[in-house]
Amino acid sequence: MSTTTATRAISHERASMRDKLQDWLPRLVLAPSFAVILLFVYGFILWTIYLSFTHSRMMPVYTLTGFDSYMRLFAQPSWWMALKNIAIFGVLYVAICIALGLTLAILLDQKIRGEGVLRPIYLYPMAVSFIVTGTAWKWFLNPGTGLEKTMQDWGWTSFHFDWLVNADMAIYTVVIAGVWQAAGFCMAMFLAGLRGIDGEIMKAAQIDGASTYATYRRIVIPALRPVFLSAFIVLTHMAIKSYDLVIALTGGGPGNATELPSTFMYSYTFTRNQMSVGASSAVIMLMTVAAIIVPYLYSELREKQR
Amino acid sequence: MSARVESGMAGGSLASKIVIYGLLLVFAVIFLTPLFVMLITSFKTLDEIRDGNMLSLPQHPTIAPWLSAWGTACIGLTCGGIKGYFGNSIEMVVPAVAISTLLGAINGYILTKWRFPGHKPVFALMLFACFIPFQAVLIPVARVLGMVGLGNSIAGLVLVHVIYGLGFTTLFFRNYYEAFPSELVRAAQIDGAGFFQIFSRILLPASGPIIIVTVIFQFTNIWNDFLFGSSFASGDGVPMTVALNNLVNTSTGVKEYNVDMAAAIIAAFPTLFVYVVAGRYFVRGLMAGAVKG
Repeated sequence: MSTTTATRAISHERASMRDKLQDWLPRLVLAPSFAVILLFVYGFILWTIYLSFTHSRMMPVYTLTGFDSYMRLFAQPSWWMALKNIAIFGVLYVAICIALGLTLAILLDQKIRGEGVLRPIYLYPMAVSFIVTGTAWKWFLNPGTGLEKTMQDWGWTSFHFDWLVNADMAIYTVVIAGVWQAAGFCMAMFLAGLRGIDGEIMKAAQIDGASTYATYRRIVIPALRPVFLSAFIVLTHMAIKSYDLVIALTGGGPGNATELPSTFMYSYTFTRNQMSVGASSAVIMLMTVAAIIVPYLYSELREKQR
Repeated sequence: MSARVESGMAGGSLASKIVIYGLLLVFAVIFLTPLFVMLITSFKTLDEIRDGNMLSLPQHPTIAPWLSAWGTACIGLTCGGIKGYFGNSIEMVVPAVAISTLLGAINGYILTKWRFPGHKPVFALMLFACFIPFQAVLIPVARVLGMVGLGNSIAGLVLVHVIYGLGFTTLFFRNYYEAFPSELVRAAQIDGAGFFQIFSRILLPASGPIIIVTVIFQFTNIWNDFLFGSSFASGDGVPMTVALNNLVNTSTGVKEYNVDMAAAIIAAFPTLFVYVVAGRYFVRGLMAGAVKG
């Protein structure tokens, strides 16, 4: 009698041990992933922020020197150049990608034949590395070998297109190549949005005598508002992170005409041995991205709960 | 969608049809031109490039630029073509994709089917990690990789790609498993199935599409990465994208544009191939990475 109670108690204890382990197992399995993210993302961000308040040059030093690096950063003409360029590039890149993406999506949505062939053509650049895109456009826009020479060969001798080597215009070549790469992606997002709109509403509008233009302006475009928001967020984020494209297309040049914050950060940190200035530029980039992404993610996660 | 309006255009007149097809075709040509120019340039001789027209087809097609790009072109100081770097990229991308996808699947499983108090902030922190500009962690990563002896190694690149890809892979699987019926999981639990058993017997077999999406997304991102490759590797250890950039910017000798273009196409080939074969999943991955929650 007493032995059975004892075994029962032991087996009960074992079962509860197993239950406890089962309870904790998921957390234990998730822990390593979460820990590396805490360390490699958030820990390293703090480390970078710390470095931005030091005088680190080639090697990190850990004596705090206040906002010195930030003062030096904003005293650099090339940093101001980078800020000006990211403003030009960011605005044009986002605006043109959205405009072109929306146009292509609306055109493709007109029940046309051959959509299955056309859609992948607009989207394939997204699968290609920015380095490949930059290499291709560098060749294509090179005045001596590319578009300019081709047009002149064809008899348009006054044709000039030297933006790639023209310090005032080079940043726009980055816009061209960037739009070429990402416009199809925007198209895909808008197309998915258009396909999600209830056809009945559009039919009703047309029966009521609304013109095509009015239908789009009053019904379709407003219904696409969430897609506009997503596209805006994703593209802005891509613009700020843009690095490879500039490196491959212009190398930041001519001179520093196409310097972006990302290229500035890299060269000050790794080639000019001004690590603390590089770190402070990285902090500014991070704060800009966070200011855009955090409210967006917050609202997206909130919506999910409802 | 069958319920859609017959056509967006009033009556769909012939004129508007022509305008629509015309515009679509013009854009298609613009989007295809760079690829076309790369392809024809890679089959031309240098003389023909110098004297001929960028858009004309090669008069004397040659595969010499391709052979040179693959096996003999000079990158920096070594003249072995890009084949070694192509190999580096493969060695980097295969383990990085496999590990980050597997971890993402398990994480997504836990965050949907084994929720614990505080799972929301955990996920939010992992999600935000997807979006940080990597410049904000570049210096510490370089220091740490050097300290643990993984500087300038493929293993080091695999590690950083796994870590900075975890947010995305977790997000993909979490969103997918969210829709997976929890009743099945509960029923299996009552039948005595454990944590790993439920994952491998019930969730994983139903995860085909999301695995493909995640693998393609990770493969494309990691193959195309340049920033990590150029920051944490050097010399013979760099991945394909960095080698391509070095090749194009090598300033010694005659500029061999045809070789540059052949190398660029080789660098783009794996991701383009995946895109052509599994474009549907590629697009889904892009969208999942863009439209959150």
